[in-house]
This record gives sequence, structure tokens and C-alpha cells, in this order.
Amino acid sequence: MSTPYYVSPEQIRQDKEDFVSRGIAQAKEVVVLEYREGLLMVAENPRKTTFKISEIYDRIALAAAGRIAEYEILRVAGIRESEIKGFRYYREDVTAKWLTNLYSQHMGAVAQAWDAKPLEIELLVCEVGTTDAPADSGLRNNQIYHIAFDGIYSEEEKYAVIGGRATAIIEILEQRYTDGLEMPAALQLITDTFRTIEADAEDDYEITPQTIEVACLEKTADRRKFRRLSTDEVTTLLS
Amino acid sequence: MLDLSDYGNSDFFQILKRRHPELLATLNSSDVASSVNVAEAAFRPYEGTTVLAVVYDAGVVMAGDRQATEGYQVGERRIQKIYPVDRHSAIAVAGAAGPCIEMAKLFQVEVEFYEKTEGISLSLEGQANFLAHLVRSNLGLAMQGLIVLPLFAGYDLKRQRGRIFKYDAVGGRYEEDDYYAIGSGGKDARTTLKKRHTPEITRQNALEIVAEALWDAADEDIATGGPDLIRKIFPTLYTVTEEGVTEVPEATVEELYRNLIARL
Repeated sequence: MSTPYYVSPEQIRQDKEDFVSRGIAQAKEVVVLEYREGLLMVAENPRKTTFKISEIYDRIALAAAGRIAEYEILRVAGIRESEIKGFRYYREDVTAKWLTNLYSQHMGAVAQAWDAKPLEIELLVCEVGTTDAPADSGLRNNQIYHIAFDGIYSEEEKYAVIGGRATAIIEILEQRYTDGLEMPAALQLITDTFRTIEADAEDDYEITPQTIEVACLEKTADRRKFRRLSTDEVTTLLS
Repeated sequence: MLDLSDYGNSDFFQILKRRHPELLATLNSSDVASSVNVAEAAFRPYEGTTVLAVVYDAGVVMAGDRQATEGYQVGERRIQKIYPVDRHSAIAVAGAAGPCIEMAKLFQVEVEFYEKTEGISLSLEGQANFLAHLVRSNLGLAMQGLIVLPLFAGYDLKRQRGRIFKYDAVGGRYEEDDYYAIGSGGKDARTTLKKRHTPEITRQNALEIVAEALWDAADEDIATGGPDLIRKIFPTLYTVTEEGVTEVPEATVEELYRNLIARL
């Protein structure tokens, strides 16, 4: 007769966390940073069609680090649920907070399932504020939610980073970030930070307009605030 | 809970039909008691329209009057009949106002949903074909008197020109090369356009003949609203070019009509 064995919940949780952090440690970083006109999002990503930053809904974007296949399905589900909600009610009723809860529940359920592998991803759900909203409505403020693999999320301010060396990048941003940066200065700050990090790395990843992915959520844009910046545009902004 | 089952399906209409058919009440017309003939029913839906599209050298102009009628009454004076769809296309609707607005809204979401999930815009031809399915799915309601007929136009990036598509009630899709107008005053507008349209006209010419065609439609058709100089309500005009969909400012439209009236 086989003996039933006991593993403590703490141990199960720790094992899963160790497993995921080994995966995430390999993931290149994505930085989201508030600038004067909205939110700027930059990732180390030389690919031209597989993105880490993408448009979800009018004022909402998603940034992800980790396994593409695992967050791609969440990206599309996010667009789908947002469009359904906006179609049912009104476009402004779709919020980053609501979407974050949806993702959080799903990721939490997968992480807790005894027979499933936790998702090896981290997400940033970002929403840009509006310029015309009443000051106390909450719509005026930018929102950034950081969701860990187990669905636990936190609200971030000013900037947020996901990926293997997120802690090191945050340490640099704590020193260098200032409020109200214009877009070129904000982009310069992020690329400089990436360069500092890469200088210590072994794999010699060069930061050029061709090797980064840049997008923004612009307060002043019409309904769809999300915009992907072309390599040419990034080159101009950095020159 | 997050439903992951529709991954790979970029058709928003199909997803809604499966998951939320209640949101598609009018476009899912098999649900409606088929014996009811709305035209004979106690209420009258808002309808009546002239909407049109005209190709010019840089793209296409779309325009529509602002009035909705309820039988012989004015139902609404400021209704919108032209809706931008994506960066390079717009839809105009004629028929029963409720289902018209629903179809325009659903079509816009469908095209945007496709663009976001696939990461690339749905081609103009693809959009025109999908709209034919939507019109076809409204057939049940059309048979009961709640017809919706769209006019679709856009700038074709591959062919570098403006294009116009018209539809019939059973979902037939037909392309028009130069101009077209639909709605209760469509025939009157087309007569003006036929006389005044020439190939390769400029934007200014196109705006002028569009304003004139809508004027003539309002003159002949009681269900089409003309420019309302007292309330300052003017037809809506949009241009669709390589640069995008742009609404012609109200001041420009007012000026077009003041010039037109001065000539009469």
C-alpha cells in the first residue's frame, strides 16, 4: 500500500514561485512610464510583428513579459471581453481596474490548480487618463497595474517594470525619474536605463531604435489613445 | 471568469451570437415573432434618409441629412447617419433608425476587433464583404418592414483610390465607380450627382455637388431634412482619404449652403 504524502501549502507555493521566477528571469524587460502627455511603453524587442506591448481598448494597453504563447491568449481575451462590455454598456465603462481583476482571477486560478503549470508571465495593464474628465472622477489619472504570475496585483505610480531585471531597472528609475517629462526625454531616460543594465549583462544586447519596441497612450489622441511608434519615429525622437 | 474559448476567432459578430445573443436582438431576427409585421404594427419606427458618397481625386466624400421621420412627423432633427469605421472607411445607413444605428455600431466594432486581434487592418474589400453578411442577417426584420440598407465607402490603400459599395436587402454587394445615393431621397440626389459629377473632380467640387444633391433631395423628398439655418443644423459631411477619415467642419458646411442659397 502506498503512503499518502503531505506537502505543505507554503511548499507548493514556493515551488511554483521558484519555477516561474526561473522563467521570468530570462524575460527581457518592459518599462511603462508616465510622461507629460500620457504613458510611454518601451520593451527590449528586436522583432517586428510579435509584440510585447499591445492595444486592448480605447484608453487601455497591455504589456507582458514571459512566454509569448501564454500572454497572447490573454491579450486576445482581454480585447474580446472589453469589446463585449463596451458594446453592452458604453465605451468609457471599460476600465483597466476591471480588466486587471479579470486577468488576476484567471492567473490565480491557473497558479492554484494542482494539475496545471502556472503561467510564466507578468503583465502590466495600463490606462491613460483623460484631459476632459471631472477632476474627482478618477478618469483624469493614469493607472498602471502590475499582475504577477499568481494573479496578485499591485497598483503602480509614475513607472512600472516587468521582466528579469525589473528590480535593477526600478533602482535606476528611482534616481533619474522626474515628473512631467516630454516624450523625447522620457524615451531617452528609458533607453539610457536599458543601456546601463545591458552594460552589466553578458549577452551584449545593443539598444538601438531597431532593437526596441515603443508605443504610447496619448491623452490628447481621439478615441483610440494607443499608438505604436515606427523605427523612424523612434530614431527622430532619440536624435 | 475569463473565457478563453474563442481564441483565433476574429469575428466579433459570431462571438456575440454565440455568447450574448440578447445583445443582437434586432440583427438576430429569428428570435423575433415572425408573424409581426412592423409596418402594420401600432408603433412606427424612425426612418427616412438621404445618404450619399462621391468619389473625387483624393478619395471619397460621404454625406447624409440629419432628419429622422416617424410617419408624417419629424422624429429627430440631429440624427447621425454617417459613422467612421476605421482609419480609411465609413458607413452610411438608411432605413429604420434603431437597427441602422445598431448595425453601424456593430460593424465598427467588428472591424476594429479584427484589427486589434490580428494586428493588421481588415482590407476594404474584406470590410465590404463582411457588411454584406450583416445586411443578410437582418433579412428577417427587413421582411417585417424594418429594413436597414448601408452605403459603404473607403479609401483603398492598395488601389490608391476611393471606392463605394451599395447593398440590397438580401445582402447583395455591388460596387459603384463614381457616386451613389440611397434612402427615400436617394433617387433625387442621384439625379443631381449624375448631372454634376465628372471624373477626377477636386475636394472643393465634390463638397459643392454633395451639398447640392442633398439640397435637391430635401426639396423633393419630405423625409429628408434640408439645412436648418435657424437651428444651425447642417448635413454631416466626411472625407475619406489616404490620411484618414475627417469630418468637414460645420462652419465649412454652413458656408457651402450659404453659397448654394445665394446662387438659387
